[in-house]
Amino acid sequence: MYTYNDFDHSFVRERIAQFRAQVERRMAGQLTEEEFKPLRLMNGLYLQLHAYMLRIAIPYGTLNAQQMRQLAMIATRWDKGYGHFTTRQNIQFNWPELCDVSDIMEDLADVQMHAIQTSGNTIRNVTADHFAGAAADEIADPRPYAELIRQWSTDHPEFQFLPRKFKIALTGSPHDRAVTKAHDIGLRMVRNDVGETGFEVIIGGGLGRTPIIGKVLRAFLPVQDLLPYLEAIVSVYNLLGRRDNKYKARIKITVREHGMEAIRRRVEDAFLVRRTSFKGADQALLDDIKENFRPPAFIKAPVDGFQASQEGDVHFDTWVKTNLAAHKHPDYAIVTISLKTPGATPGDATAKQMQVMADLAERYGHDELRISHEQNIILPHVHKSRLFDVYNALNEAHLATANIGLVSDIIACPGMDYCALATARSIPIAQEIATRMEALKLEHDIGPLKIKISGCINACGHHHLGHIGILGLDRAGVENYQITLGGEATQNARLGERTGPGFPANEIVPAIERLIFAYLECRKGPAETFIETYHRLGQGPFKTALYGEGRASHAA
Amino acid sequence: MKNRQKIMVVTANDLLMGDAVWLTIDDGWTRDIAKAEATQEEAQAQVRLLIARSQSHAVIGPYLAEVRLGPDGPEPLHFREIFRTRGPSNYAHGKQEIRPGG
Repeated sequence: MYTYNDFDHSFVRERIAQFRAQVERRMAGQLTEEEFKPLRLMNGLYLQLHAYMLRIAIPYGTLNAQQMRQLAMIATRWDKGYGHFTTRQNIQFNWPELCDVSDIMEDLADVQMHAIQTSGNTIRNVTADHFAGAAADEIADPRPYAELIRQWSTDHPEFQFLPRKFKIALTGSPHDRAVTKAHDIGLRMVRNDVGETGFEVIIGGGLGRTPIIGKVLRAFLPVQDLLPYLEAIVSVYNLLGRRDNKYKARIKITVREHGMEAIRRRVEDAFLVRRTSFKGADQALLDDIKENFRPPAFIKAPVDGFQASQEGDVHFDTWVKTNLAAHKHPDYAIVTISLKTPGATPGDATAKQMQVMADLAERYGHDELRISHEQNIILPHVHKSRLFDVYNALNEAHLATANIGLVSDIIACPGMDYCALATARSIPIAQEIATRMEALKLEHDIGPLKIKISGCINACGHHHLGHIGILGLDRAGVENYQITLGGEATQNARLGERTGPGFPANEIVPAIERLIFAYLECRKGPAETFIETYHRLGQGPFKTALYGEGRASHAA
Repeated sequence: MKNRQKIMVVTANDLLMGDAVWLTIDDGWTRDIAKAEATQEEAQAQVRLLIARSQSHAVIGPYLAEVRLGPDGPEPLHFREIFRTRGPSNYAHGKQEIRPGG
């Protein structure tokens, strides 16, 4: 894992000192809100519906045990005993008071964390595959490149006032778990014909009010050209991106308005110029960074006990089947800890749970934790002989829900329970769907199914990419929920299609239930997943299930 | 109904806590919407909003919100404004923590 050097330490402390002075001037009436707002946003401090909210970056979703414990401490000391993990690998505290925020930042800096550039029209927290460095299907660990991008983009003088926010995601695997096609820039590690490693560069993806799947700008970018090429893209966007209309300011609209060919020409021209100013310092830095991401010292131990435990404990066996993923080391597994216990708030963890996860990472997981964009926590390196102990400890902390990738593993944004931008609530809908599905006891029979809920058109809950997407809106002063079907967040990313009119809050859970029963009725067999059935049959039977035989044909 | 006069309150977020507050008749702020000043006159509502905006040292983002008059005072109409008087629905935090059932 990356360790701050002296420069990083002093940079972060200096920013906190600046922010502390800004807060003091605001509280003394020397700064107006108009003056203060951009300053607090640069440091991740939002004003929400009921309180301030501090958004803290978890770069490329990687944490160690000490950092997780510190987040637990902050939750206890400064907040209300929990934190909310987001779809952008951040953690949000929902209840800080203005006068305490600088102290919280000092606590974060103590463990090499900060909230810089988690808001504002800058390059935001760089996200990556949450299985990076562990996945069996990986070409290489993308995190050294993510860290390089973080250092390059943090306080980059040219890119502090972009037309709009800018998000970069990386994956080192052909199976895209980082949703690279829904980012301003997505970087997919690939190999060329002669076996060299590089990046496929995707631009112009994004969700929000104009959802667009990103397209390939460059099929193969040698790894050593990464920073000059990124700088070329962002500089072209910085000049061309619209500043007259915030709804048309993202790079996806720039690409749409100018055309991919014109953007490509400009980027390639800019790249030739930019490349000359990179004299190799970036590559030397990358070599240093790579030293921080060496694989852990994998242990050698027999794994026979793992199978015996699986055979002897049916709950453990179920958890193994849903919550583990293949590790590149045959004796290891990747453990996903579900933050989606039915009835709980998706992505929330209590301070106690954070401590348990930190302890497990330290004791059994080579001191590593990850945050997924699906709002779960990952122990990326667990030896199979330790899995039963990990499971038992998780179970005691109510963290052993066996539902990863299933219908109750729902993504939900904070919605109108917290967010000032929201048009409806998301959390209660997620809670009710998960609770209802648990009561039906059909979850494992239903199989893989991704439900994603957003409480407004900005789509933090990735509803466009859900197999079932739910969008909460305000319809004449009443919460109303639109359904989309057929979205996918993988390497085959696609946007869901709206089914028809939305449903009021008290009808949305029964509507989702009807969709699921329609799937169970229509599927060829248990092996055909929801999304496969949808692709085979289209919206027809699902619309009928939602709106009835007579209304389905009119519900366009 | 079409000529119905709207009843308005001025609401904002508190500078230090960030929570919802409402303007009172004496130009102060209350955390209980029932104690807020309600006005039916559009021009008067705009004047009250200007007064609120002059208090940038105390509150953030004042705006007018429609209410109805209940037995105890103004009551929120829109669901967003109802949530602001109460807090989130997933935990008993925010104003409902201080005033159970409120």
